[in-house]
Amino acid sequence: MIEFEQVSKRYDGDHTALKQVNFQLARGELAFLTGHSGAGKSTLLKLIMLMERPSAGRVVVGGQLLNTLPKRQVPYIRRHIGVVFQNHQLLFDRSVFDNVAMPLEVMGTPAGDIGRRVRAALDKVGLLSKEKMNPIQLSGGEQQRVGIARAVVNKPPVLLADEPTGNLDPALSADIMRLFEQFSQVGVTVLIASHDIALIDNMQRRTLTLADGRLVSEGGVS
Amino acid sequence: MNKAPPKPRGANRSRAPFRQAFESYLGHHRRVARDSARRMLQAPVASLMTWTVMGVALALPVGLLLLLTSLQGVSAGWESAARVTLYLAEEVTVDQADGLRLDIAMRPEVAEVELIDKTQALAEFRSGSGLDDALDFLNDNPLPHTLLVTPTDRVRSELAMQGLLGTLEDIRGVSRVQVDLGWLQRLKAITEVLGRGVWALAALLALAVILVIGNTIRLAIENRRDEILVAKLVGGTDAFVRRPFLYTGIWFGLGGGLVAFVLLQLTLWWLSGPVERLADLYGSQFVLTGLSFQGNLVLLMVAIGFGWLGAWLAVKRHLVAIEPG
Ligand SMILES: Nc1ncnc2c1ncn2[C@@H]1O[C@H](COP(=O)(O)OP(=O)(O)OP(=O)(O)O)[C@@H](O)[C@H]1O
Ligand SMILES: [Mg+2]
Repeated sequence: MIEFEQVSKRYDGDHTALKQVNFQLARGELAFLTGHSGAGKSTLLKLIMLMERPSAGRVVVGGQLLNTLPKRQVPYIRRHIGVVFQNHQLLFDRSVFDNVAMPLEVMGTPAGDIGRRVRAALDKVGLLSKEKMNPIQLSGGEQQRVGIARAVVNKPPVLLADEPTGNLDPALSADIMRLFEQFSQVGVTVLIASHDIALIDNMQRRTLTLADGRLVSEGGVS
Repeated sequence: MNKAPPKPRGANRSRAPFRQAFESYLGHHRRVARDSARRMLQAPVASLMTWTVMGVALALPVGLLLLLTSLQGVSAGWESAARVTLYLAEEVTVDQADGLRLDIAMRPEVAEVELIDKTQALAEFRSGSGLDDALDFLNDNPLPHTLLVTPTDRVRSELAMQGLLGTLEDIRGVSRVQVDLGWLQRLKAITEVLGRGVWALAALLALAVILVIGNTIRLAIENRRDEILVAKLVGGTDAFVRRPFLYTGIWFGLGGGLVAFVLLQLTLWWLSGPVERLADLYGSQFVLTGLSFQGNLVLLMVAIGFGWLGAWLAVKRHLVAIEPG
């Protein structure tokens, strides 16, 4: 589903954030991406999201080579990738429901379907009762789950998460990880960047480890 | 999410996928249009100010153009007020001149002829020119007799006037013919210059309107930065992200057009009394006409067009800069 082939990313200046990274993720696979701060985890996710372009190598997502993808095609690729980010990027000028509905809105989903699918996603993360609230009224963990609902509402085949458990307590983090596991069980490819070693060890999943932009281990179960 | 999606919906969708997509597209437009209008009305004072700036900038050139058109109507109606001066040849005597006067007065296209003999002309010239002393050095009166011909109302058109001038020129004893359009001619020249000026002004104000809208939209874009980022992140196309701002531009344009309409109506109403009195004074059928129904419609359309254009330029410039990352 996701394929990196000799991928390097150099930011302006000559700081190289990723160096010749190779790996593949299959459909329905859940993997962690770890490494020290500044190792290049976010950069790797941004390459998949087309928020950055590789300086060298090939990035293939869902069989589509992203390197040469024209700019106007970018939105259509992004519709197949759900993202949960460090700063959850929820909008506080609208309800939880409207936040979750955004990916469907941009796709032009009929209004009736939007209601059904948003509620299904909110139900999944256990927030169905809060759909009318403003995200600002929710706790950090709840906001994070709204972000997850938004990432999966249009059933993307790929789900990316950057520090999804950033400042949550262990119990909540475990909850959220269980959600990700459920998504991978229905065939979603999930890649989670995190430096929560305890959590990662606990999950017994494949872990890609970056150090200074190099993939130093893409081991199986760590 | 584990559950399969309910079947009937899927069946529905495959029956008329195109129609459904189209309806949802229209629905989206409706929602965005409504939402943009709502946002604009949420800041009524700021919006009203923008509308007013636009309204004034639109009403000013339109009002001036209306005034000019009305003035041009006046000059067209008063072609007959032109007077023709016939300078007679030097050898023509006063008696002959008077004979000519009677002859010309017989013509159907002539309303009145007045004879100014050379002595009278010199006296007038003396008092009018201030060259009193210089004229004393002249032994002879250098001025010819002149006839002042006032054409009838029938000689309204340029063509009829040319015809009359032709015949008058051919009369024996007439050495030179001069049409004195006087203030009418000046009015015409002035309206022509003013016409150009107004168009130049209109172009400048149109630019101002577009910039004002552009700036308003730029601020709206800044205010909705987070929303734009999220929309782009979840796969919103440029068209999707642009749409609310283009609608905002359209609404501002409409508001500005309406303000311009109201301002024009108020000004016309306010001027109509004095203008009527003035026209009466000059015995003119001058009327200050407002815009027709179609004219008003065009005004609104142009305003909306400017709003859209300003928004489009602002969006073009500022939206690309907002990218998630
Ligand atoms: N837009 C950018 N321009 C220039 N350099 C950048 C940019 N984004 C990241 N970098 C650099 O690339 C390197 C990798 O950054 P990245 O954000 O991928 O690290 P990370 O592994 O996600 O770190 P953290 O765990 O702190 O989030 C860093 O040294 C960073 O300074
Ligand atoms: Mg990071």
